[in-house]
Amino acid sequence: MLTDQERREIEAELPHYPRKQALCIEALKVVQHHRGWVDDEALCDVAEFLDMTPHEVDSVATFYNLIYRRRVGRNVIHLCDSISCWVMGGDGICEHLKGNLGIEMGETTEDGRFTLLPIPCLGDCDRAPSMMIGRTLHSGLTPGKVDDILRDCK
Amino acid sequence: MNKPLTEHIKPGAPPIDLAAYERTGGYEALRQALASMEPGGVTSMVEESKLRGRGGAGFSTGMKWSFVPMGDQAPRQKYFVCNADEMEPGTFKDRFLMEHNPHQLIEGMILGAYAIQAPTGYIFLRAEYHASQTALARAIEEAREAGFLGRNILGSGFDHDIHLHTSAGRYICGEETALLNALEGRRAIPRAKPPFPPVVGLWGKPTIVNNVETLYNIAPIIRHGADWFNQLGLTGESGTKLYGVSGRVNRPGLWELPLGTPLREIIEEHAGGMRDGYRFRGVIPGGASTDFLVEEHLDLAMDFASVQKAGSRLGTGTMIVLDDRTCPVGMVLNLERFFARESCGWCTPCRDGLPWVEKILDDVERGGGREDDLDLLAQQAKHLGPGRTFCAFAPGAVEPLQSALKYFEEDFRRHFNGNGCPYRSESAASGTRQVPPGNGHRI
Repeated sequence: MLTDQERREIEAELPHYPRKQALCIEALKVVQHHRGWVDDEALCDVAEFLDMTPHEVDSVATFYNLIYRRRVGRNVIHLCDSISCWVMGGDGICEHLKGNLGIEMGETTEDGRFTLLPIPCLGDCDRAPSMMIGRTLHSGLTPGKVDDILRDCK
Repeated sequence: MNKPLTEHIKPGAPPIDLAAYERTGGYEALRQALASMEPGGVTSMVEESKLRGRGGAGFSTGMKWSFVPMGDQAPRQKYFVCNADEMEPGTFKDRFLMEHNPHQLIEGMILGAYAIQAPTGYIFLRAEYHASQTALARAIEEAREAGFLGRNILGSGFDHDIHLHTSAGRYICGEETALLNALEGRRAIPRAKPPFPPVVGLWGKPTIVNNVETLYNIAPIIRHGADWFNQLGLTGESGTKLYGVSGRVNRPGLWELPLGTPLREIIEEHAGGMRDGYRFRGVIPGGASTDFLVEEHLDLAMDFASVQKAGSRLGTGTMIVLDDRTCPVGMVLNLERFFARESCGWCTPCRDGLPWVEKILDDVERGGGREDDLDLLAQQAKHLGPGRTFCAFAPGAVEPLQSALKYFEEDFRRHFNGNGCPYRSESAASGTRQVPPGNGHRI
């Protein structure tokens, strides 16, 4: 069941769209915000609320890379792997991150602190290489800077 | 007045609020249009300005608007959508505009909506642009309180409101019909065209989708006129362009310059030339899905027609520089890996072809390449070209590939016979992978 809070947040978007089903992505984002990720139960809750089947909602959920259908860590690192970052040594930053965290791209650390994911160009190309953790954009990355940033994450 | 997009922007300053925007003539164009222009007059003026879309395709903005059905027989519900899903690799121009001067976008949207008589507008914003989201949400609120949005705007009888929609990822959402599906809450798969969105768009209603930078031009055009806008370009094309440069140049950044500014001036003067120890080898001129230009093109005027004549596209006008110590094959591999991942999977040539291209390039990069791989890659580039796939994604994806085969064929060959990447062994020996990061110089 959706919580009252989740329901309120989804319903607040209703007046902006002519059909309830248009809220599918928004609703998934709301439940993910509160629950950390979209598990099967969350998926069914959204489906019921929008008069859709769980399969329909899953086809949407699995399409978008910012909807997580697997448990993620407390800090999701979105590392830009697009062209400007690559030219500026982004591969080296990626290797450094993987080594530091002891995980591969797409994995979560055992203590549940970090998940490492790739992201299309963050629009920060003149300050490359870049990554985003939560709502914070980190630019001009060097291995040393990456270590400092990770240390500051809870 | 020769920098209509950025003249009031101070890089790094907080977003310009409503009062500050109005002090510099903000919303004057809207007042003018609502008081004394017919909707069709706004469209005509934009057509006469010869403004072309700044999102990559370069289609005439006024002509696009003119396709929307008008008059009593037209549907009452129409939509005006801003494509703020900037995700083209190497492109960082729309974010800069939205974070600094959100009202100019809102004003451009209201003018566009008035021209096509659309009561509803959406800004489709990529979720990672948090600062843009904050700036736009506040600007919409301010505009609403001041009566620039809502019912009976400035007593004109025209109603319009804008909703800020944040996306949930995927590059393909930038394709306008995929964007419409995403706005409807569906998988972002492009739609069959025709019908085109100006006639059948969002929820089946007439819909205009315009890029952010495009819309920043609208209020200045209405205020100063089409003739003024025509004069801004250097080579007969209208307006200015936000050009960007990233890669191993001295001052990577973003500058508003007259449309048609030569490539050499952008790279050497504005971006400060190549860093010490690096030589210019080429550039992808307008985001990831454009063909390479090389040294012979340095004196090219960066306008739509000239770049097209040289075999590439102006695209987004934000360039990625290839230097002599970066492997062109590795660069194309990075691009094709991106496109293979971001394919929506709807049509087979794109879904299967791009991963195949990626595998071949990866193999070449590792030393497993053979002479006939060049033919295979060229064939794939052809099979994924215009008219052979469902949308423009795959044709765009193979533009850097086909031009790399043309200009850097020798580089491909140097990888063959088990050699692998010659640049990797060079850089391992001299330690050049440790590149100092960029700082960002803007305007």
